[in-house]
Amino acid sequence: MFWRKFEERLFNLLIRVATLIIVGCLFIIVLTILVKGFPAMSWDMVSRIPSGGFYLGKEGGVLNAIIGSLYLGLGASIFSLVLSIPIVVYINIYSRSTSRFAQFIRISLDILYGIPSIVYGAFGFVLMIAFGLKVSLLAGIITVGLLVLPIMARTMDEVIRTIPKELGDASLSLGATKWETAMKVIMRQAFPGVLTAILLGFGRAVGDAASVIFTTGFTDNIPTSVLQPAATLPLAIFFQLGSPIKEVVDRAYASSLILTVIILIISISSRLLFKRFNKNVIK
Amino acid sequence: MSTGRILKDRIAGKSVWLVTLFSGLILFLIIVGLYLKSAPILHSHSLSDLLFESKWKPGKNQFGFLPYILSTVYVTFISLVIAVPLCVLCAIYMSEYANKKVKGFVTSLVDILAGIPSVIFGIWGIILIVPFISNKLAPAFGHEDSTGYSILAGGLVLAVMVFPIVIHIMLEVLRTVPVELREASLSLGANKWETIKKVVLRKAAPGISAAIVLGFSRAFGETLAVLMVVGNTALIPKSLFDSGYPLPALIANNYGEMMSIPLYDSALMFAALLLLTVILVFNVIARMVIMRLEKQMI
Repeated sequence: MFWRKFEERLFNLLIRVATLIIVGCLFIIVLTILVKGFPAMSWDMVSRIPSGGFYLGKEGGVLNAIIGSLYLGLGASIFSLVLSIPIVVYINIYSRSTSRFAQFIRISLDILYGIPSIVYGAFGFVLMIAFGLKVSLLAGIITVGLLVLPIMARTMDEVIRTIPKELGDASLSLGATKWETAMKVIMRQAFPGVLTAILLGFGRAVGDAASVIFTTGFTDNIPTSVLQPAATLPLAIFFQLGSPIKEVVDRAYASSLILTVIILIISISSRLLFKRFNKNVIK
Repeated sequence: MSTGRILKDRIAGKSVWLVTLFSGLILFLIIVGLYLKSAPILHSHSLSDLLFESKWKPGKNQFGFLPYILSTVYVTFISLVIAVPLCVLCAIYMSEYANKKVKGFVTSLVDILAGIPSVIFGIWGIILIVPFISNKLAPAFGHEDSTGYSILAGGLVLAVMVFPIVIHIMLEVLRTVPVELREASLSLGANKWETIKKVVLRKAAPGISAAIVLGFSRAFGETLAVLMVVGNTALIPKSLFDSGYPLPALIANNYGEMMSIPLYDSALMFAALLLLTVILVFNVIARMVIMRLEKQMI
């Protein structure tokens, strides 16, 4: 009898401690980045490109990486959105609900989601050779776009699946075509979810490093065309952290603060937007 | 008028079908692309030489992947040993004990954790974990010479990175356990913990293993965070405090030289193919288990 009580008490404690540890990790990570990043921050950091080479030059900031990451994130999100919307429209509206093809697409997206970004990077490299493309923003956008595709498509799919079937049926029975139903009823209803999916994809695209090493490269300058290489924040952190010069390492710390802030803004705003727009949805 | 609408619908239907078909082919394209690129090394070296040899000298045409494979396995294993118990306990708390408010709070924090880029985990590892291992942990176990850049550091950082995905799936799985089962056990006089241990966890066991397998494949392919803290020496690690050199790090570190040495690019693409194969196998198994559970619930 004593053992039963004791065991329950013990595990009552353990599960709380485990949860605290997991939540605590997030706070410690953010705190570490803040403590190291704040002293390194300055106006130059966000307004200038590095001068004298990113690895050795003591002057300048990481504007090249900020702009590069935003270009890459936007490009990849748009590329992936253009593919995701048709996919979710097809598997939810055009195909039958028992369709094996739709089921296969869902599973294959889930599996694509599990593939690590370094494999996408390697695949991007294969594609670049096949199409004679050099290390460039375009190659990065295509590779990262493919990486983001399963996240975006599956998030939208999950949202659309929660929409009551009657809503689509009502529209179809009034004589609307499937396409009209998809665009004017289902997509409008799923709008908050689509927005969340886009932000989720954008965040992932901005933060991913392993897939851009091969494809986007690194440069000190801001790219003026999609065929030029571009710097990205994750690689700015990775490359500059290894430098023996303190000013350069500081640039890496500042970059990590900027990247963390961007990611936190995206993840918090996607939550708020979802709540806000979800009010307009017919329940 | 109405034919225009129908035409539009037909065209739209065909185009969305085409895009969907393309998305179904991506996986296939990745496999074929990587296979074609790694074919040269598979022709000139036998598969067992590649997998079980430990001599890595690309300049001398020696490509033994064993140190890299073992480092990957070790780092992944360490991360799971740390992450799995914590995740199981946390998932139990969230699904069985926590009230709605706490649950919502913790879930959003875990979601935020999931969105943090791997470089940030890496830099955190370098700032906190690596010095902690080299100054405190390694000397305490008699490894004074450890630099801290070790497979243990890689495993610790990875453990934090797999928390979100493992917890997320475990929560879904625990939700599929019917409330009636819990009530039946409680009504027979079992206390809450006994019910969880003997009914809920037993019922959820296949799903929990699937969650662990998915966490495993996440950790297996993680690149940058591990690369930054694991030390990257191509030797088979002998203790937790030795450095290692996992496969993804090998690919990411050598993209610069790979075009100048014959077969090197093919070897790296083979490494990517190897990662992909292992992850595909584990993913397919885990997804099948989860799908079967979801079907049972309906």
